[in-house]
Amino acid sequence: MTEPPSSGNAALCEVSFTVNGELKTVLAYPMERLLDVLRHQLELTGAKEGCGEGECGSCSVLLNGTLINSCLVPVLQAKDGNIITIEGLAAGAQLNCLQEAFLNCGGAQCGICTPGMILAAHHLLGKKSDPTIEEIKEGLSGNLCRCTGYIQIFEAVAEAARRRTTS
Amino acid sequence: MRSNPADYQLVAPGSLRSALSLLAEEPDGWLPIAGGTDVMVQYAAGKLPARKLVSIWGLPELRRIEVLPDEIRIGAGCTYTELRAHELVESEFSLLSQAAALTGGIANQNRGTLGGNIVNASPAADSLPALLVYEAELILTSARGERRVPYQGFHTGYKKTKLAAGELIRTICLVRRFSGHIAYTRKVGARNAQAISKVCIAALGRCAGGVVDDVRIALGSVAPVPLRLAETERLVTGKPVDPSLLASARNAAIAEIQPIDDIRSTARYRSAVVGNLVAEFLEKLCAGQAHA
Repeated sequence: MTEPPSSGNAALCEVSFTVNGELKTVLAYPMERLLDVLRHQLELTGAKEGCGEGECGSCSVLLNGTLINSCLVPVLQAKDGNIITIEGLAAGAQLNCLQEAFLNCGGAQCGICTPGMILAAHHLLGKKSDPTIEEIKEGLSGNLCRCTGYIQIFEAVAEAARRRTTS
Repeated sequence: MRSNPADYQLVAPGSLRSALSLLAEEPDGWLPIAGGTDVMVQYAAGKLPARKLVSIWGLPELRRIEVLPDEIRIGAGCTYTELRAHELVESEFSLLSQAAALTGGIANQNRGTLGGNIVNASPAADSLPALLVYEAELILTSARGERRVPYQGFHTGYKKTKLAAGELIRTICLVRRFSGHIAYTRKVGARNAQAISKVCIAALGRCAGGVVDDVRIALGSVAPVPLRLAETERLVTGKPVDPSLLASARNAAIAEIQPIDDIRSTARYRSAVVGNLVAEFLEKLCAGQAHA
């Protein structure tokens, strides 16, 4: 495929941020999408590109504690930010309780939506420790799954919430 | 064709003043970008004409919600999440907080801004009918100074606004006088979250002595701009809600809109839905009195 001729307007810039607790500095064009920088430069390929227009949520990550679609964020806007990706949820070999619950409930099939689903659920449980089913549905409404039919995913989030409150 | 990031400049001046002086130097040269929920979609599709962007995301001057005795002033950079979380917006301007809750999923609500929704000027934007019925005013700012304009009339055509070159929306002002009104909103789309509306409505009114009083009805996705139904409002004001009023209100509303066939719906369906929504609103408005 041939690339369109570049006008070469932009200059590469250094952007530093924290990813999963580690300070990283990348050299990138300021309009590069955070998603591409995470995947291609930092080799954090958990965040996926689904639609590339903020509809499907498979590129979800946390930026400064809020859930975002990393396909819609120019990397310059993540400067000095604190990013959590799916790779940052488990503590070594010890899975996060949401990851455990997704496994137990059959909440993951092909896996494309799973990192985004789990981060959206993590964001939800950070705000509401004991969400109703309606709150779970709303919290995950920006994340599309074409395999599970969602029921197992909602059950997984409810189970993780129960485990967190009882443990 | 995907855009090549090497072709696009993006700067983040860090303060409103520096962003405005950059815009003043070359007013048509820079496109402001806030949360990117519209701009980045165009960019990803290779359809963003601008090559130089200035980030106004997170500027503290645009992020405040100020509560005054007679009005509330919402910074244009406030996100839908911030609107939803604000107690006074929820209690006195529930149409706006409900519209924020109906716009996109959580990730888009965390990044999409009220000012961005206005400037993007989509006739399908969910928050704009609410601004019409609350008769919002906008404070526009540029290096030359500020001006305050009514939101009604700000959209001059499909995706066109009165914003001058080098100008930004700084604040959205809402007068605090609607807490006694009955509020009604519905979004009709293929699904609740993420879907763009086929039709959306925001309406306010009172029922005094069995008749409709101080009524305001606005719609999205039924004309090139978000539309206030001035004729329908006039027709129903001062009248009791009965079957004949509902029938004439339906007809008046359908006569005021200019719906089109597009990928999301048809003009015929939109007209039918508009008639139903206006009738449902009027019935709720005078529920009790109307059936007495």
